[in-house]
Amino acid sequence: MKIVGLSSSIVGSKTRTAMDYTCKTITEKYPNVEVTLIDLAEYTVPFSDGRNYLEYEGDVGFVTKTIMEADAIIIGTPIFQASIPATLKNIFDLLPVNAFRDKIVSMLITAGSPKHYLIAEQQLKPILAYMKAQIVQTYVFIEDKDFLRKEIVNDDVLFRIERLVEDTVVLTETFTKIREEKEAMYGF
Amino acid sequence: MEKYRIDQSKGLEFGLYTLGDHLPNPHTGERISAKQRIHEIIDLAKLAEQAGLDFFSVGESHQEYFATQAHSVVLAAIAQATSKIKISSSSTIVSTSDPVRVYEDFATIDLISKGRAEIIAGRASRIGLFDLLGYNVRDYEELFEEKFELLLKISQEEAVNWSGEFRAPLNNARVIPRPQNGSMPIWRAVGGPPASAIKAGNAGVPMMLAALGGPATSFKYSIDAYREAADRSGFDSSTLPVATAGFFYTAETTQQALKESYPHMNKGLELINGQGYPKQQFIQGTDTRNVMNIGSPQQIIEKILYQHELFGHQRYIAQMDFGGVPFELLAKNIELIGTEILPAIKKYTAQK
Repeated sequence: MKIVGLSSSIVGSKTRTAMDYTCKTITEKYPNVEVTLIDLAEYTVPFSDGRNYLEYEGDVGFVTKTIMEADAIIIGTPIFQASIPATLKNIFDLLPVNAFRDKIVSMLITAGSPKHYLIAEQQLKPILAYMKAQIVQTYVFIEDKDFLRKEIVNDDVLFRIERLVEDTVVLTETFTKIREEKEAMYGF
Repeated sequence: MEKYRIDQSKGLEFGLYTLGDHLPNPHTGERISAKQRIHEIIDLAKLAEQAGLDFFSVGESHQEYFATQAHSVVLAAIAQATSKIKISSSSTIVSTSDPVRVYEDFATIDLISKGRAEIIAGRASRIGLFDLLGYNVRDYEELFEEKFELLLKISQEEAVNWSGEFRAPLNNARVIPRPQNGSMPIWRAVGGPPASAIKAGNAGVPMMLAALGGPATSFKYSIDAYREAADRSGFDSSTLPVATAGFFYTAETTQQALKESYPHMNKGLELINGQGYPKQQFIQGTDTRNVMNIGSPQQIIEKILYQHELFGHQRYIAQMDFGGVPFELLAKNIELIGTEILPAIKKYTAQK
């Protein structure tokens, strides 16, 4: 199983900190899972110009192809101006319409205010559903006060990250099994 | 319809088209040489002619996994190797070519083939060629519209006066040679949604509609929109032919057809587009109401007759060689078309 963690902003450190915890949890609990963390702050990704994702080269080619090869994607994102950051929307725009078909996608949100709690529900989930993702319904929402100097200081957040990782892996295994059984029934 | 060499008393025309893709056989992972692929395409045209098919066309794509970049050259070879079958491009990307050269090439192919050549002009569904040939993909729409207009003008007028943005002006230019009978059919290739179908209708040119998958009824919208646009623009839509193009595969049973074709389709799309064909959607392709023509000969006859009832089209062209299908399987498909499918289709669609 391949899981890609996406740290979706090029600003700040909290999403990256939370994604580091997430990836570490995967490695510890599921040593057979292949984890790749893509921190968009480390790549130069221009705006989508409409071409097929295979036609991009360099950083952007690496990012799109790695995401497309994943079985599951954990999106970590801050909330900017009451929405997802443009850098994350650009990733969606770079990918094909059905990019998340047969993929599991889960979410981890970092935000400066609890008022942003429903942004993922109202703005991120509809995009993932349109792109045919199987969504892990429950997401982890982390506020500023849960961080101190690039560490998570709220144990409850750590437990929630553990549960998110477990749900992502279990759902990926389950959907893969269901799909394989269904495809075997087709007989071609 | 005579202007476009269509005789409806003979029934729906049935043809083959190839994109000229050059993909590995998914079962072996091996890919034949470009030389062998091109010769197999020429041989396929010969087999199609022998089986009584009406039409054969070759596409232009300038990127990895394709072998017929110089599609007009391949068509010239086919013109020489055959004697009855109509031959065409599917499509010629006029956006990134000089319409004068396109017309010269195809008029020459018409002379070589003794009056069998046609042009299907398209905008390119893969855009790699814009970079390669030195065009800006931002001009995607304008490049096509301007050059397609010029191509039609060259076809209609012996001496052309023209000026535009993407090519040097023409002053009393005589584009020669002319086709055997003075003109040859020039079609506009159209994708799924009605927007481009309406443009084809407005220009009063025949439309070749790509109908790759999904319910046949959803393509009827584009065909209706095309005919309405043509009539509204002062043309008579009953004189304008419509063709549909889509995936095809036949074998003794529908299950066998699925089994033989799926690995090629799935792996081929994965290599070209980065995403395979979901089995769940592929199996829906066998339903009579689905526009994809995959199944037993009987199932395909039912599908094509159903589509004909909906569309009232004049030509159907089939793509069966996508994804490294071995030549012997293509030959078997052609045999089933010639012996079972074609006679039934012609019988039920011929206009008395």
